Amino acid sequence: MARVGEGSYRHPVTTTTDQALEAEKGAVPSSDATATTQAEISAEIAEISQSVEQAGEPVNQPLLAYAPYRSSILRHPTKDPRHADPEEIELWAPCFGHSEVDPLEADLTIGAHAGTNSAFAGEPLGERITVSGRILDGEGRPVAGQLVEIWQANAAGRYVHKHEQHPAPLDPNFVGVGRCITGPDGSYRFQTIKPGPYPWGNHVNAWRPAHIHFSVFGRAFTQRLVTQMYFPGDPLFALDPIYQSITDQKARDALVATYDHDLTVPEYSMGYRWDLILTGPSRTWMEEGAE
Amino acid sequence: MTSLFPTPGQTVGPFFGQALPYDGGPDLVPAGRADAIRLHGWVLDGRGEPIPDALVEIWQADASGTIVQQEGSLHRDGWTFTGWGRSATDLAGHYTFSTVLPGPTAEGKAPFFAVAVFARGLLDKLFTRIYLPDHPANAADPLLSSLDEAERTTLVARSEPSGLRFDIHLQGEHETVFLRHR
Repeated sequence: MARVGEGSYRHPVTTTTDQALEAEKGAVPSSDATATTQAEISAEIAEISQSVEQAGEPVNQPLLAYAPYRSSILRHPTKDPRHADPEEIELWAPCFGHSEVDPLEADLTIGAHAGTNSAFAGEPLGERITVSGRILDGEGRPVAGQLVEIWQANAAGRYVHKHEQHPAPLDPNFVGVGRCITGPDGSYRFQTIKPGPYPWGNHVNAWRPAHIHFSVFGRAFTQRLVTQMYFPGDPLFALDPIYQSITDQKARDALVATYDHDLTVPEYSMGYRWDLILTGPSRTWMEEGAE
Repeated sequence: MTSLFPTPGQTVGPFFGQALPYDGGPDLVPAGRADAIRLHGWVLDGRGEPIPDALVEIWQADASGTIVQQEGSLHRDGWTFTGWGRSATDLAGHYTFSTVLPGPTAEGKAPFFAVAVFARGLLDKLFTRIYLPDHPANAADPLLSSLDEAERTTLVARSEPSGLRFDIHLQGEHETVFLRHR
């Protein structure tokens, strides 16, 4: 039986079926039509959750071998990762800065994405939101002056992407891409609209909970993180194999933003707060001198 | 609601194409420069099929072994070496970088490219290393020497006239050794 622990690649129940492999064949996720129902996926989710619980070790990162997410079946390593002492280069992170990220790129509602400085003609449809928070390392130190990149669907649940097949309307005033550099206290702030849920073809009538993708860099290469921020109270959480691939409830909760009335703009927009904690070894205070 | 609970990863998904790849991302140095090498390969699944929606990032010392802290990766000026690059795989599952060979960060250290891999279907990033073929310091490298021959082979690039080839097997007979830093 596979060891189940933090970041373990395997869970004790393997449900690699021919049907699941069929589902993986389609390269375009939203075109995968399978006969698998939500009830079957939910049963698989419950079975894995139970077996992990019985093993007694909390899993606070996603299981990579997680068959309810069909696309993972042929794309997860079968061996546990090797423990390695980080070498010098891995204890440093690449450096990004204000010379290369326009502050306007943090506002997804004006269209100045990826440094184009081209503004949209109008405002995007949807619920205006501010998303803000801090990025810290495992010791609570701010990750300052680092790159944050986000991308998301529009209010109707559609991405601007050539392989996107969900027949929801595109919004001519929304691309859904933003980036910023964190402040000295590790803070970031984006102005955007709330994304919609969307169907994704993992099984019949599979819907992703609304989310914003985040790509962040830490103080060390070992802290590199790509993840997704969710919105509180989403009824799709229990049904979603990507979210449920993290079997520990506390860890799943760490991906859910908090509604924050202090982040709202009166008579204008809603606000959500979400902090990220990046673990992984990095240089110590001593090694960094006076920083 | 700040707690020091680590934020879990989630898959990069299929729709990062508008957000993460950018012009110049794979070119740590301009392709064709006298000292430029091509570092390339395929990202493959458990059946050996190419993965067209993967993203590969590298982070490295410069040719002299210096770890640089230079901004400018997002807008390459052609002169500033930042040590970092990003390449999305194409429809054939192929990634490619133009860069220089990293030097050793200290005497006797085996140089390598630090690598992060992301893909649709991959629920969290994977870390690995690309070591240089036939480098004299490889024999004493703690990681390489902890592996058996077959595993070690998955972490060492192959020499080509234009540079280096390194395939990333997420699964299967030639599964790449992936790392967790302690």
